[in-house]
Amino acid sequence: MPLLTLYDQLTVYLVIAALLFGMGVYGLITRRTLIGMLIAAELLLAGASINFMAFNRFTAPDPALGQIFTLFIMAIAAAEAAIGLSIVVAFYRHLKSIETADAAHLKG
Amino acid sequence: MMKTLFSADGLVGLLFLFNLIVTVVGGIVACNAERLVRAVIGLVVCFVGVAGIYFFLNSPFIAMMHILIYIGAVAVAISFAIMLAAPEEKMRTGPTSPLSGPIGLISTLLLISGLVSLALKTEWTSVTKINDGSVKTIGIQLLTNHSMVFELISIVLLLAILGALVIARGGREE
Repeated sequence: MPLLTLYDQLTVYLVIAALLFGMGVYGLITRRTLIGMLIAAELLLAGASINFMAFNRFTAPDPALGQIFTLFIMAIAAAEAAIGLSIVVAFYRHLKSIETADAAHLKG
Repeated sequence: MMKTLFSADGLVGLLFLFNLIVTVVGGIVACNAERLVRAVIGLVVCFVGVAGIYFFLNSPFIAMMHILIYIGAVAVAISFAIMLAAPEEKMRTGPTSPLSGPIGLISTLLLISGLVSLALKTEWTSVTKINDGSVKTIGIQLLTNHSMVFELISIVLLLAILGALVIARGGREE
């Protein structure tokens, strides 16, 4: 039953990472609110991390390197979320809205 | 080599399938839900699945860190921001314009099919491992080979926390 040995193949992980990445791109394009876009960006980062971990497990000679890189991705994602959410809160305090259409006058 | 459903390996495979389903369903809810609160719950479900995938990739440490950081910190921060910033009745979370839904779907499908065909067509080769990738090895490498990045990332995190405080606090009337 090949369906039960899927966890031993690199391509399965690559496919699931591609799916998560695609969902992130879809959310970034279609979301109306800034927080929704931030959630989609987290999905993008999760897809990238799964890619790193999959190559780390199956093809890399040093299996610690990919894990360290994934840790760095997590730290950067946490910093990104903190900054992004504080910008959202400040934006809401000024404009009483979190919609991307209302952010249009921020452009120079 | 056939694997039956009720051996240990078969149960592990079944658990992995369940994990994949949890990840995909959570991701779909996260990028598609009408309400932002539901999107955050979808994100949490998706991240539980991703942590399970890390577990299957031989690194329970990263799985634990993923749950701690993403579910314990990021998702909670996002739900706090939703409570602070988004009044429930004013939230319109549909697509920005009638065209953006189809455009997003088409570009996403193109991207996914490209990445998947790349993953399927390439001949991936495996090499011999030079260490076991345990938590001990990660710790040693973090403090020797990658110590510069390790220190820099802590500075980045400190600056991000301070910057978030400064940005979110400005403009508040006392």
